[in-house]
Amino acid sequence: MSVIVSQLTKTFGNQKAIDNISFEAKKGEIVGFLGPNGAGKSTTMKIATCYTPPTSGTVTVCGEDILTSPIEVRKKIGYLPEHNPLYLDMYVHEYLKFIGNLHGLKGSMLKNRIALMIGMCGLTQEQNKLIGTLSKGYRQRVGLAQALIHDPEVLILDEPTTGLDPNQLVEIRNLIKEVSQDKTVIFSTHVMQEVQALCDRVIVINQGKIVANDPIKELKAENNKINKVTVEFAKSMAIEKLRAIEYVNKVNQLSETKYALFSDKAHDIRATIFELATKESIPLLGMNLEEESIEQVFQQLTNPEK
Amino acid sequence: MYSIFIKEVNYFLNTLIAYVVISVFLIAIGLLMWVFPETSVLTYGYADMETLFAFGPYVFMFLIPAITMRMFAEESKNGTLELLFTRPLTDWQIIIGKYLSAYFLVIFALIPTLLYYYTIYQLGSPVGNIDTPGVIGSYVGLTLLGGVFTAIGIFSSAITSNQIIAFITSVFMCFMLYAGFTSLSSMNVFGDMAPLIEQLGISYHYNAMSKGLLDSRNLIYFFSVALTMLLFTKLTISSRKW
Repeated sequence: MSVIVSQLTKTFGNQKAIDNISFEAKKGEIVGFLGPNGAGKSTTMKIATCYTPPTSGTVTVCGEDILTSPIEVRKKIGYLPEHNPLYLDMYVHEYLKFIGNLHGLKGSMLKNRIALMIGMCGLTQEQNKLIGTLSKGYRQRVGLAQALIHDPEVLILDEPTTGLDPNQLVEIRNLIKEVSQDKTVIFSTHVMQEVQALCDRVIVINQGKIVANDPIKELKAENNKINKVTVEFAKSMAIEKLRAIEYVNKVNQLSETKYALFSDKAHDIRATIFELATKESIPLLGMNLEEESIEQVFQQLTNPEK
Repeated sequence: MYSIFIKEVNYFLNTLIAYVVISVFLIAIGLLMWVFPETSVLTYGYADMETLFAFGPYVFMFLIPAITMRMFAEESKNGTLELLFTRPLTDWQIIIGKYLSAYFLVIFALIPTLLYYYTIYQLGSPVGNIDTPGVIGSYVGLTLLGGVFTAIGIFSSAITSNQIIAFITSVFMCFMLYAGFTSLSSMNVFGDMAPLIEQLGISYHYNAMSKGLLDSRNLIYFFSVALTMLLFTKLTISSRKW
């Protein structure tokens, strides 16, 4: 296990930012850290990178404890902080050299790593520009390049994809996927598609507590108890008739001719709807079984009263 | 530590801060020493460098806080401090790296004034009629004073994320430490304590050194004040962990 978080608690005054959380991440795994704003994602990451100390509990990174050997831990971690702070008055090349130096890289080794990072992060055109003149997407790449410069075993990325355009999103995702093969990647986000596209495992955190820690497929299966079918008829259909269909729990009228029908997961009601339409001789224009998306799962987990 | 030092020195050079600071210092001191009739050596008629050593601390009082005010304040505002704190660096390495880079600039500004010494040495009648030990003592004093001011500047930059507050705090602290204690001690309320209070200030030790006598007590005073300020900086920086 390359990252072991055990019984971590952090309090700010009376407020518990994170409350006794424990999880593990192993090599080659991409772990998505999911949660609403203020759930404690960033705090956990700041603790793991030795920026703020925990109130109790600890984190072990590749066998090194954050409390007893913080310098060793920092050597093994590549960290992209939230909001991606950069020295705007430095040149891209100069900046990567500076960060490389801080990690003890020197000479030709450093040169090779910088060249590799610039190629990998798609910064070839921008390498001699001031960071301040770069657009957000390129700055994000610079941030990612500095996190990777010393070839860390663990990569911790705090919201690496905020503010990127769709093409950049895909590129950054591919990049993360590419580098993750021999590393442990922990990244936080509140973009659900990203989790679906990237992660092997999702940890959902809400109000400082872990509410789910599952491989992504299981997470969906576990929380998916309701089927939703949207149907469109050529003219309006009496809503009572739809309600009368066996296993249908709820019917919502979406527009004059569109309805959403909810049923238990165990039963497929589509055949019955079709039969009803033929019996009433109202042409059926469309019918769609919606799979519950990860967004809905997320909402259920983090906001259970809804 | 070395990388931080290089980074900060590069910053000074890239942003013209270094050139502005050095030229302002030299122009100000040069005007006072050679042009303004009230303070000019030429009209004064004595071959000494008193003007440089009397006004130097006051010029430093404004220039050094201007150099140091961004050191921690700017980084904490931009969030880049988090970047530094999550690299394999100790807090001391960051502080000392930044301190040395600012101090380096201060010393660099001071070096060209050695030319004044040579000029006055040549202008003296007979040539070389200048109190060389006194000048050496004063230079050591001014260098150490620069070190103390830099430490104060670094400290005030660490306590706030606002550069203007950092600047004003450090100007005030430099002034109080340099001239404040001497002036306080002349108040008629301290009685026997007065000499002790005077000794807390920089100017007492600075003036003692300008006589050409490098007393270890004065040296220890400068080193301990600078060290105390850096220690306070370390405490402030580490307070994020409390």
